[in-house]
Amino acid sequence: MTEKKAAPAAPTRASAKKELPEHFKDYKHVWVFIELERDEVHSVSWELLGEGRKLADTLKVDLCAVVMGPPGEGLEKAVRESWGYGADVTYVVADPILADYRTQSYTEGLETLINTHKPEIILLGATTLGRDLAGSLATTLKTGLTADCTGLEIDDGSLAATRPTFGGTLLCTIYTLNFRPQMATVRPRVMAMPDFTEGRSGKRIDFPLNIKENDIITKVLEFIPDTTSDKVNLAYADIVVAGGMGLGSAANFQHVMDLARVLGADYGGSRPTVQKGWIPAERQIGQTGKTIRPKLYIAAGISGAIQHRVGVEGADMILAINSDPNAPIFEFAHYGIVGDATQILPALTKAFEQRLSKMRKAG
Amino acid sequence: MHIVVCIKQVPDSAQIRVHPVTNTIMRQGVPTIINPYDLFALEEALRVRDRFGGKVTVLTMGPPMAEDSLRKALGYGVDAAVLLTDRAFAGSDTLATSFALATAIEKLHQEDPVHIVFTGKQTIDGDTAQVGPGIAQRLKLQQLTYVSAIRDVDSAGKSITVERRAEGGTQVLKTTLPCLITMLEGTNTLRRGSMDDVFRAVRSEVRTWSARDAGVEDITKCGLRGSPTVVKKVFAPQPRMEKAQQIDALGKSPAEIADETINMLFTASNQLGDDILKLTEAI
Ligand SMILES: Cc1cc2nc3c(=O)[nH]c(=O)nc-3n(C[C@H](O)[C@H](O)[C@H](O)COP(=O)(O)OP(=O)(O)OC[C@H]3O[C@@H](n4cnc5c(N)ncnc54)[C@H](O)[C@@H]3O)c2cc1C
Ligand SMILES: Cc1cc2nc3c(=O)[nH]c(=O)nc-3n(C[C@H](O)[C@H](O)[C@H](O)COP(=O)(O)OP(=O)(O)OC[C@H]3O[C@@H](n4cnc5c(N)ncnc54)[C@H](O)[C@@H]3O)c2cc1C
Repeated sequence: MTEKKAAPAAPTRASAKKELPEHFKDYKHVWVFIELERDEVHSVSWELLGEGRKLADTLKVDLCAVVMGPPGEGLEKAVRESWGYGADVTYVVADPILADYRTQSYTEGLETLINTHKPEIILLGATTLGRDLAGSLATTLKTGLTADCTGLEIDDGSLAATRPTFGGTLLCTIYTLNFRPQMATVRPRVMAMPDFTEGRSGKRIDFPLNIKENDIITKVLEFIPDTTSDKVNLAYADIVVAGGMGLGSAANFQHVMDLARVLGADYGGSRPTVQKGWIPAERQIGQTGKTIRPKLYIAAGISGAIQHRVGVEGADMILAINSDPNAPIFEFAHYGIVGDATQILPALTKAFEQRLSKMRKAG
Repeated sequence: MHIVVCIKQVPDSAQIRVHPVTNTIMRQGVPTIINPYDLFALEEALRVRDRFGGKVTVLTMGPPMAEDSLRKALGYGVDAAVLLTDRAFAGSDTLATSFALATAIEKLHQEDPVHIVFTGKQTIDGDTAQVGPGIAQRLKLQQLTYVSAIRDVDSAGKSITVERRAEGGTQVLKTTLPCLITMLEGTNTLRRGSMDDVFRAVRSEVRTWSARDAGVEDITKCGLRGSPTVVKKVFAPQPRMEKAQQIDALGKSPAEIADETINMLFTASNQLGDDILKLTEAI
C-alpha cells in the first residue's frame, strides 16, 4: 500500500489562485465517457453528449466521446451513434479485456487516454459504473470531481457545476479552477435526451489498451442479470404518480397505485416513504433515488424539498396535490390542488376511468 | 485479519430545519449521528471478523466531537478506534479527505497489516460516493464498490469473493487482499451491542491523531489547500416564473375537483388522452 507519486506541485490555496498553471494550459476539448455494457449504451451517455455539446460550443472546442469495450458490432454501433448524438471526435479503446467492467482496466485505459490527449472537461454518468470509475480516476489524476450535478455551465472559461446541498433548500456551484481535467458526474435523466441526426459522422481515433488479462487482479466469476420483474422503469416512464408522507400510511399508498394503473403509469414516492418501508427503494424519486422526466407527474402529499424537486423538474407537466397551500411543491408544480390527497386520488382515479372508457368507445 | 471501517459523523438530516426567512440551514443544535450508510459497512466488518477472526478498527476524520461516533461504534463490539482530527483537515473535499484517511490507514497498516477497508456507499451530507474509490486508488487496494454480499474470504487472508451491484445485474468478483469495499445499504441488520461492549465503549481508549501523528508529510495535500474543488456560491433555486395554477377546490366535492383537473390537463396537452390510451393498451 503505497501512495502514488502526486501530480505537479499544487498551488497553495486553490480558491485564491485564478491563473491556470502552465502545464494545464494545453488541456482542451470536452469529453463524454460513453458507458457501454454488454453491447448496450446507457442513455445517460447520450444525455451527457447533449449537455457537452452546449459546453463545447460555448468554449468553441470539440465535443469528444470515449467509447471503451470489447471489439464488435455493439462497440461499432456505439461509435456511430456517438456521432449522431453530436460528438465531433470519438476515441475508441477496443479490447476483449473490457468485456466486463472492472475498475482497474477502465481506470488505467481512460487515464492513459486522458494523459495523452488532455481534455479540459470530462463528464460521466452517475451510475454505479460511472461513480466507481469517476471516483477512482479523479484520484489517480489528482483533480476535482463534482458529483451528481444538476446544472453545467461555462463561467469565465471554467466549468461551473451546480448540485444540491444538504438540508433541503439550497444549491451550490462548484469549480475546479487550478486542475485539469475538470470532472463531473450527472445522474440519468437529469439532462434531456438530445436529437439524433441520422448519418452524421465524425472523426474516429483508435487508442490501444496496454493491459494484459494477467495484469488485472480482479476476476469476474459470473454476471447474474436482473430478472425483468425486478426492473423498475420509473426513470423512463411517460406518466408517474407518486406519494409522500402526506398520505399518512402505507395502506393509503394503494390510492397512488390505483391511479397509476388507470393511467398506465409507474408509481414512486419520496424518500421518507421508502424509509418507512411503504414502497421499495427502487421506487424512490429524487436526488438519491430516480430522476424522472415524464410527460405528466402527479405528486400527492409530497412537500417538494429540493432533493425531491431536482428529481422531477424535467417533467413536462407537474400536478401537485397537497393540503397545505404554502407547500414548496406549488412553487414548481404547473397545476395545484389544495386538498386531502386520500380523497382527491380516488376521485381522480374514478374520473379518469370514466373519461378514458368514453374515449375508448368513441374510438 | 485486520479490518478498518471508515465512518463519518453527520448531522441527523431528519432534525435539520431551514430558516423560514433566510432559507439557510440551521445547524445549531442539530444532533449528529453515524452516517447511516456506514452502519452497513460496520456490521459487515464485524461479521467478517466473527467468521474469519481478527480485529476491527474504526476510523473517522472530523472535529473532536466525532469521538462520539467512535464510542458508539465501540459499543457494537469494534476492537479499536482512531480519531483523525486537526484544523489542517478543515474544508477537505473528497480528494483531500481520501488523502488524510489513506495516510492514516497506511499507518495502521504498518502497526498491523490491513486486509480489508470498509466504507459506506455514500454519506447523507456530502453524498458523493467518492471517498471509498479515493482511498482504494491511493493505497492501491482492489476497489469493490456497491458490494451486496461477501461470499467468502480465503482463510489464509489472501483472496475474497463478493457480489457487486452493477448496472443491470450482479457481478460476482474474486480478487486478492488487501481490498476496499463500499457496502451497499440494506444488505444486513446492525447487531445490538452486548452489555460488555457498551460498558467497554465508555472506558476504551480512542486514539486521537493529528495530521502529523497520522504520518502526513505534506500538509498542503490536506484541507482546503489540498482540495481542487472550490465551492463558489450557495443559492436558493429559482422559483418557477408563475406559481402553480390552482384548481379551485373551495366548496367542491372531490369528484368535481377531479373532473375539473382532468379538463385542465387535457386542455394543456391535447396529446395526453392519446398517450394514456396507448399506455393502457398493453394491459
Ligand atoms: C442527502 C439527502 C438526500 C435526500 N434525497 C431525497 C430523495 O431522493 N427524494 C426525496 O423525496 N427526498 C429526499 N430527501 C428528503 C427530503 O429532504 C425531504 O425530507 C422529503 O422529500 C420529504 O418527503 P415528503 O414530501 O414525503 O414529506 P414531508 O416533507 O413530510 O411532506 C408531507 C407533505 O404532505 C402534505 N400533506 C399532509 N397531509 C396531507 C393530505 N392529507 N393530503 C395532501 N397532502 C398532505 C403536507 O402539507 C406536506 O407538504 C433527501 C434528504 C437529504 C438530506
Ligand atoms: C453539499 C456538499 C456538496 C459537496 N460536493 C462535493 C463534490 O461535488 N466534490 C467533492 O470533491 N467534495 C464535495 N463535498 C465535500 C465532501 O463532502 C467532503 O470532502 C467530505 O469530507 C467527504 O465526502 P462525502 O461526504 O461526499 O463522502 P462519500 O464519498 O459520500 O463517503 C463515502 C464513504 O467514505 C467514508 N467517509 C467519508 N468521509 C469520511 C470521514 N470524514 N471520515 C471517515 N470516513 C469517511 C464513509 O465510510 C462514507 O460512507 C461536498 C460537501 C457538501 C457538504
